[in-house]
Amino acid sequence: MSKPLVIFDKVQKHFGSFVAVKGLDFEIHQGEFLAIMGPSGCGKTTTLRMLAGLEEPSVGEIRLNGRVMNDVAPHERDTPLVWQSLALFPFLTARENVEFGLKMRGVSKAERKQRAIKWLDKMGILEFENRHISTLSGGQRQRVALARSLVMEPQILLLDEPLSALDAHLVIRMQAVLTDLQRELGITFVYVTHSQSEAFAMADRVIIMGKGEIGQIGTPKEIYRAPANRFVAEFVGRNNILAGKVKSVDGRAAEITTPSGIFTVPTNEVQLLEGHSASFVISADLMHIATEEPLGTNKVFCKLISEEFVGSMVTLFLEDAQGHEFKVQMQERELSKFDLHSGDEIWLSWDVQSAHVLNES
Amino acid sequence: MKQSQTLNFILGIYVVMIFAFVFAPIIFSMVFSFNSQRFPTIPLGEFSTEWYEKVLADPDIWKAARNSLIVSFSTALIATFLGFCTAYSDFRYNFRFKGPYLALILLPPTIPLIIMALAMLAWLSKIGMSGQLYSIIIAHSVLTAPFAMAVIRLRLNQMDPDLESAAWNLGGSEWKTMRYVIVPFCKPAIFSSLFLTAAVSFDEFAVSWFVSGLNSTLPVVVLEIVQGNIDPQVNAIGTFVFLTSMTLVVLAQLFFASRQIKGMQS
Repeated sequence: MSKPLVIFDKVQKHFGSFVAVKGLDFEIHQGEFLAIMGPSGCGKTTTLRMLAGLEEPSVGEIRLNGRVMNDVAPHERDTPLVWQSLALFPFLTARENVEFGLKMRGVSKAERKQRAIKWLDKMGILEFENRHISTLSGGQRQRVALARSLVMEPQILLLDEPLSALDAHLVIRMQAVLTDLQRELGITFVYVTHSQSEAFAMADRVIIMGKGEIGQIGTPKEIYRAPANRFVAEFVGRNNILAGKVKSVDGRAAEITTPSGIFTVPTNEVQLLEGHSASFVISADLMHIATEEPLGTNKVFCKLISEEFVGSMVTLFLEDAQGHEFKVQMQERELSKFDLHSGDEIWLSWDVQSAHVLNES
Repeated sequence: MKQSQTLNFILGIYVVMIFAFVFAPIIFSMVFSFNSQRFPTIPLGEFSTEWYEKVLADPDIWKAARNSLIVSFSTALIATFLGFCTAYSDFRYNFRFKGPYLALILLPPTIPLIIMALAMLAWLSKIGMSGQLYSIIIAHSVLTAPFAMAVIRLRLNQMDPDLESAAWNLGGSEWKTMRYVIVPFCKPAIFSSLFLTAAVSFDEFAVSWFVSGLNSTLPVVVLEIVQGNIDPQVNAIGTFVFLTSMTLVVLAQLFFASRQIKGMQS
């Protein structure tokens, strides 16, 4: 897990006067499942295309196994990509698609066939080997696309939003297929997506990108519980962000004055100075609700605005007297004890340790 | 419902009338090619294959037919190759003055044929290349390459641009990608273009007449016969030329249609 396979060294990409990628500095470890996530236009796909050699960095270096890759043509790299559009060859059968890369590399016909069959079988679509792509379903095409890349037996597999065209139930199944494959093969996956659920469900580490820069690199849990800055906190969503001024700092805790009240937060590596502005975040699922005023310092009196059901989970949207929105996520069966309706007033509270101070810069 | 039935009936008649208007002269020509009388008048004379026998016995017409086939076959190959290259350059590259570049390529069919023919004659004779069979091939290639380019460009526009990158990504060099991805993808359009340009070249008269010198093609021979006298041989040749061209156009359409259907499926 520790040896770096790929190094992005101060990489920038300009398209004319537009800067798509502003300075990427990170490593991809051997054998990890790395997700690059961000809103559309954040530069995540450009980053992946640079790794595949389809775009050349304007500034900086990309090294693969210590070798500088900037000038290596795409067809001389071993970085197969699974495309968002799948980009399967429509004039070839499923097996011919899988054999394509081997044919380009000059592998003999017999070996090509044998390896293609092995991978089609592994993906559970061997029965469709002689079918044309247009006659296959979305999920089957997805598997052909995966087999076509994996048959190359690469060290690193690039995936560009490969599941975005699939139905929701297929996405869940393909996620399991991908994580199992990655674990079994032990190769590095670099997975670009805008979907938080995909990234968090599969990845060992996640890079959050915004406007061509890295917002945060960390495990899904780190990013979820301890977003580094406001951009990440907002992108991850289902978060309550409060901003104000530092009232006092006392070693391991600080008090922050916000329009919604004065709250105690645990300090972290972010430096807090009295009188300076600061913001912090509390995950929506760490909020408590109560009809009686709770003990403790971190509490807000709110009015319920609306509810949103997603299966057994409910998200409550509330507003305090200043009109600041709060979100609370909880189990539906817990919520039903309260018998709440829109417009009802209720207390919100959270443990001091649930809050996380954001980096303002 | 009743109203739309009436409307459909009227529209149906309208379509039949259009086809009648377009094809009546050709059908007349076909009918008279089997008529024993010299002048195309009604009532018809007896059924006769006399004119066909005369045509088949005429070595000049055989030579012209051979010329026509050589010219249209060569033109089809050259024009389709040129058309493919330009269509691909349009698909693949973005450059300054691309608009004017494309306009220039599509220009030849918009120039009046007679002007084109005169210009070709003037130019080819200037560089000492007129009056040969290859002169017609050159002129026809210029004339038909835009059709080839239009047909192939339509096909390339249906291609997912990621397909080419995907082939590179899987280890295909640019040439291998051309051979194993771009050309196979364009295959229906390439065949369609071959038949279409062959048909246009086979039919073309004005340019051929100017630049052919002694190497007449079939349409030129037809004119030469008609200029001299009224001869139903022309009807016989006309029937043959029409059937050949129609076959080529229908083949072109078949390839065109099959790729449309495939395009819809994917």
